[in-house]
Amino acid sequence: MTSNKFFTKSALLMLILITWSACKPRGIQQAISSDASGKVYVAPGTHDEFYNFVSGGFSGQMSVYGIPSGRLFRVIPVFSVDPEKGYGYSEESKPMLNTSHGMVPWDDLHHIALSVTDGIHDGRWVFGNANNTPRIARVDLTTFRTAEIIEIPNSAGNHSSPFITENSEYVVAGTRFSVPMDNGSTDVPISTYKDNFKGTVSFVKVDPSSGRMSIAFQILLPGVNFDLSRAGKGKSHGWFFFSCYNSEQANTLLEVNASQRDKDFILCVNWKKAEEYVNQGKGTKKKVRYAHNFYDEKKHMGTSTMETEVLVLDPKELADMVYMMPCPKSPHGCDTDPSGEFIVGSGKLAATMPVFSFTKIQQAIADKTYDGDYEGIPVLKYEAVLHGEVQKPGLGPLHTEFDANGNAYTSFFVSSEVVKWNVQSLQVLDRVPTYYSVGHLSVPGGPTKKPWGKYMIAYNKITKDRFLPTGPELSQSAQLYDISGDKMKLILDFPTIGEPHYAEAIPAELVAKNSVKFYKIEENENPWAAKGDDFARVERKGNEVHVYMTAIRSHFVPDNIEGVKLGDVVYFHVTNMEQDWDVPHGFAVKGANNAELLIMPGETQTLMWKPDRIGVFPMYCTDFCSALHQEMSGYIRISAPGSNVPIKFSTGDLGPEQ
Amino acid sequence: MVFIMIVLGMLSCKNTTTPDSTVGSSAEAPAAGQANVVDDESMKDVVKIAVGSPDHTTLVAALQQADLVNSLANAGPFTVFAPTNAAFDKLPAGTVDGLMKPDKKTDLQDILQYHVTTSALKTSFFKDGMTLGMVNGGNISFQVKDGKIMINNSATIVASVPASNGIVHVIDAVLLPPAK
Repeated sequence: MTSNKFFTKSALLMLILITWSACKPRGIQQAISSDASGKVYVAPGTHDEFYNFVSGGFSGQMSVYGIPSGRLFRVIPVFSVDPEKGYGYSEESKPMLNTSHGMVPWDDLHHIALSVTDGIHDGRWVFGNANNTPRIARVDLTTFRTAEIIEIPNSAGNHSSPFITENSEYVVAGTRFSVPMDNGSTDVPISTYKDNFKGTVSFVKVDPSSGRMSIAFQILLPGVNFDLSRAGKGKSHGWFFFSCYNSEQANTLLEVNASQRDKDFILCVNWKKAEEYVNQGKGTKKKVRYAHNFYDEKKHMGTSTMETEVLVLDPKELADMVYMMPCPKSPHGCDTDPSGEFIVGSGKLAATMPVFSFTKIQQAIADKTYDGDYEGIPVLKYEAVLHGEVQKPGLGPLHTEFDANGNAYTSFFVSSEVVKWNVQSLQVLDRVPTYYSVGHLSVPGGPTKKPWGKYMIAYNKITKDRFLPTGPELSQSAQLYDISGDKMKLILDFPTIGEPHYAEAIPAELVAKNSVKFYKIEENENPWAAKGDDFARVERKGNEVHVYMTAIRSHFVPDNIEGVKLGDVVYFHVTNMEQDWDVPHGFAVKGANNAELLIMPGETQTLMWKPDRIGVFPMYCTDFCSALHQEMSGYIRISAPGSNVPIKFSTGDLGPEQ
Repeated sequence: MVFIMIVLGMLSCKNTTTPDSTVGSSAEAPAAGQANVVDDESMKDVVKIAVGSPDHTTLVAALQQADLVNSLANAGPFTVFAPTNAAFDKLPAGTVDGLMKPDKKTDLQDILQYHVTTSALKTSFFKDGMTLGMVNGGNISFQVKDGKIMINNSATIVASVPASNGIVHVIDAVLLPPAK
């Protein structure tokens, strides 16, 4: 390229840029309030007002942001392996990802449910769902770690989950894909969907003190696609609402074939009634297999148990438990307002948004104001249960959150906007664009009886030009809006991990005060712990070599290991002896077909290594821990299979000599 | 190529000046939306295809007036039945001008949304007697005879253009939603 040509092109480029800059910033400036920077600025060293727990979608994880800054604090590994943290790689964490299909290293976490007491955030646990291999996880908010994962039998695609009841009595799971039930006639032609495929919704009991989950019962339902759900609250406590689409029961090209009927349904479940049936011994215990994994914070170890039975309630035999409520065109969101009186249905393809009245639902049930039945389940008459419709609010309504002032905020995917409207009057009050194609929304406390309000976060599906380009794959954008006034005001963009679906935000003080700083070494019950240098050792058990190792700034004990032979399996059980906040140690060994360990203070974690060759292999601390972190290293010698090199280990003059 | 970019840039500029949607009375005009993303490399979306067609200037003006440009630049996917200028000209005199008035925006949106469905459907999908739900909540019906596809017994598909976010079927008559 000659300089002359270059100049011409540059001039043209400048012209284009001028043309562009002459118009684009105008739009942007108009959409951002002038005091936005002050509203999102969290000064260095100061804290955010809210924690934002955000689903990671296809990352399988859950991320934790600060609001209003949009700063990312932590990615909690839940359903996917995380080599950075050793999650799914350490012997202790592997059981957490066990399922009836064996170890599943990935999933798709869509929705968040924070625990509540009397319908208000209590800051104890946050639940997440696995959309692919159906599971629910519970994360402990004292440690920000996955404490428990339970698999859901008789289910495929756990989408309408893990939404939670008013006192965290239950989290729920609903089949996105109806399927032949486990242990029935499962090898059937797909074309026999209408005859052989069923849906279920499962109620998973949460122990009020420990948080431990157990499947209380499943309700057997027609073969449709359950989509989203919300518990009733206040006056509707005791009820649960599940949106469903594909009432056509199509099994192919759903984008067209599941959009034929003018109305699908919201399933209304009287779970108090279901509880009565359970207490009366009703229902059938079905043989199934599902994994139930629990992480013991004292043993620093996960265990996986295979459960073999689930209680199934059939509404054909047990009346007054479930009702179908017609809802236009493939409802997605199904959200209950803070009072519990109103249920908002969002038909993805609908031109209007119905708001149902719980009082009217009760009246219609009492009066049997039905419009026939759907596979034996009474269908409530649409007009009889309707509070009213929001007329032409936007294109592609998806999800609704609420503030404390009687207003609702609904996301619209196709028209890329959030619309604020009044729940009582159904009048649209304000609308703001999102960038672009918004999915879920989060208002702090939005799904609870006590919305904290102040902000709304939109989680968008399309990013395009919002950030500096990073090749074909872009991070999904989130947008923060100030909703403290009459008008919603865009104040911040921030990138997210994976694909955010639902998220919840909670006042920081409800969680921060309970955060654990380290694990007490005297409470460490890991059977492989070396709680002090005197316990550090290397033991051979057949072809297994167990290294019981301690880590403290800035050395491992032992750090020289010999007598291991090719063909041995080496287990490094590393105990972090630190008792100080924010001093994890890492551990890695050259050539390991595995990840690192990241060991919190007072914790023990185990890395399995199968050496593949003879030689001397370095190992080192992977987490910069101290001034002499680079010195925190050692060697392990691997000898020939028939070698007579004895087991030998040491750390200078510190360790126990053999 | 450079020229096209400039033109697109100016078009984008024009889009930002379209008035805000009816309700809400937001004091701030909408910012640049998805239709304004600068991207000459990807396949054209349904909006860009319409913008690039000299036979669809009426439709493009109507989409802008109805604030549907950004929506149709969305991921969709969309099937857009795109009446030509001649199709709009077949309407009774004054119809289009009337619909373009600000107080008729809702009617205009209703008509235009009756031309869009959220699924990308090739002509081979349309079968005689089939009905299809449209974005405005109404249904259209198909009549297929001797390879000719008609909609609502009034409009014929004369060409089809695949788009990055769906497909545009050019039609020779405007579809009018049945009275509600």
